[in-house]
Amino acid sequence: MMTITQQIIIIASVVIGTLLTRFLPFMIFKADKPTPKYIKYLGYVLPPAVFGLLVVYSLKDVTLTSLEGFLPELLAIGLIIVLHYWRRSMLLSIAGGTVFYMFLVQGVF
Amino acid sequence: MSLHDHLSTLKYAFPKTLPILAGFAFLGIAYGVYMHSLGFQPIYAILMSVLIFAGSMEFVAGSLLLGAFNPLSAFLLTLMINARHLFYGISMLDKFKGTGKKKVYLIYGMCDESFVINNTSRIPSDINNGWFMFYVTLLNQIYWVGGTTIGSLFGSMITFNTEGLEFVMTALFVVIFLDQWLKERNHISSVIGIAASILCLILFGTEHFIIPAMLIILIFLTLIKKFITKHEVIS
Repeated sequence: MMTITQQIIIIASVVIGTLLTRFLPFMIFKADKPTPKYIKYLGYVLPPAVFGLLVVYSLKDVTLTSLEGFLPELLAIGLIIVLHYWRRSMLLSIAGGTVFYMFLVQGVF
Repeated sequence: MSLHDHLSTLKYAFPKTLPILAGFAFLGIAYGVYMHSLGFQPIYAILMSVLIFAGSMEFVAGSLLLGAFNPLSAFLLTLMINARHLFYGISMLDKFKGTGKKKVYLIYGMCDESFVINNTSRIPSDINNGWFMFYVTLLNQIYWVGGTTIGSLFGSMITFNTEGLEFVMTALFVVIFLDQWLKERNHISSVIGIAASILCLILFGTEHFIIPAMLIILIFLTLIKKFITKHEVIS
């Protein structure tokens, strides 16, 4: 078991690492100077790719070896797509998909 | 800004954070319970949620505290797990300009969910953009710290069946992706994001796929730069 001081050092290392990943772009590209063209380009083309990465990241533990490993996710995402095309309401799509997923994992699979 | 303006900005921001309220209440409570089960006092989970405020990293930090004392590897592991924040920062460079002192907190509190909302919301002209993003970030952190606090203090008393509730975060990301898909004129960046991530997930596994995926995304987006102009990506 670590001492309190060691625990504080570990937590501080994680805090500093996290701060660095968040502040670094703003430290390199200062607000008072114009942002380089290439970085500006990345700024507007990156978000769609990052949202794709987040979708995959949030589904990374899905397994294809058994039906219950992927079917609830697949069906719930299917419902989200239908709901979203139909109503374009973020809250409805998110709530509908989540409640349906809970029903599937608790009651069906 | 007057008090009335603050209230109307808050009123506008709050509904946009509702899915995060559901997700963070659940995941925050789960984190509090997890830290409790590892034998830590409530103050550990609460402080980490205030200071780190990056969900997956906080779970990892719990297990780091139980392992051997190695601050350098803790630091490097953090850089790897949180590397995606670099992309968020690059995407928000211009949006955070002119937000004054709030900017420091906007950067400090930029978790996945705050980035997603602040990057995609189209804010009416009578709402102050900087304060809107500030309240979104603050509300999200309150939900997370609140959930963590409840979980670490009373986690063992929760009895209703919450299995599957964590899917609310997946649903949020899917809806954001879908919404972007419906708005954009070409889908090249969205497709690159999904394809590179799936490819790297298969090649490198769940623990190590994010950084290679980020690199491939960066390389492809750089290669196609010549063929793309701003109005083609976002309508």
